[in-house]
Amino acid sequence: MNLTRRKFLTVSTSAAVATFFGGSQAFATVDEINKAISEFTGGGEPESGVLTLKTPEIAENGNSVPVSVAVESPMTDDDYVESVIILAEDNPNPEVATFHFSPASGEGKASTRMRLAKTQNVVAVAKMSNGKFYKASNNVKVTIGGCGG
Amino acid sequence: MAAKPRIKVPKKASAGDIITIKTLISHKMESGQRKDKEGKVIPRKIINKFTCEFNGNSVFSCDIDPAISANPYFEFKAKVNEAGTFKFTWVDDDGSVIEAEKEITIS
Repeated sequence: MNLTRRKFLTVSTSAAVATFFGGSQAFATVDEINKAISEFTGGGEPESGVLTLKTPEIAENGNSVPVSVAVESPMTDDDYVESVIILAEDNPNPEVATFHFSPASGEGKASTRMRLAKTQNVVAVAKMSNGKFYKASNNVKVTIGGCGG
Repeated sequence: MAAKPRIKVPKKASAGDIITIKTLISHKMESGQRKDKEGKVIPRKIINKFTCEFNGNSVFSCDIDPAISANPYFEFKAKVNEAGTFKFTWVDDDGSVIEAEKEITIS
């Protein structure tokens, strides 16, 4: 059989991941994501721009995926970013974390590490003090899922 | 069980500087998704809230869901106009609170 090492690894990992989750776990649906976003925005429609979401293109270990958000904002008392919610579309629960900033933050930037169950889109929505919302999303390829069997 | 948190705050800053703060705390962050050997779900136990205050004013806080990795790490910014104390708190699902403080001076 003409199976290269690389091919073998890919096939065996996907098989392992498939067994790992057994298809029995309920993952978040598009509806849930939209619900979570509209709960956060109170029905407001998020625009694009201002908010940058940084994630790795490929995460080898879904247990610890670095994620950072940066919002361009003057961070003054009348104009600052209030909060940023991070959502993972295909995790069992879409919510990852919500950052709350204040003018004392100086910059609307924060980083943390998250768990991702499988390859999926990560979405961030920023809420500004002037009532505007901004959205950004990235796809992250996950080699080994991070939510335990 | 929670160990002492690790916090990185510069000791000195100039007034008006924006500094970077990094924090890490040891915690299993049991997601409530995993099952034990008998197939029973291991109950959720995570840190669900992290806050940072400077001289009593909120600087940064985070509502945390189970999708945050074990040993939660946060990196964020703070604007320093005066000398003072940063106060950090981590709130566990079981109600316990871990607190830490770091001082900063103005040079």
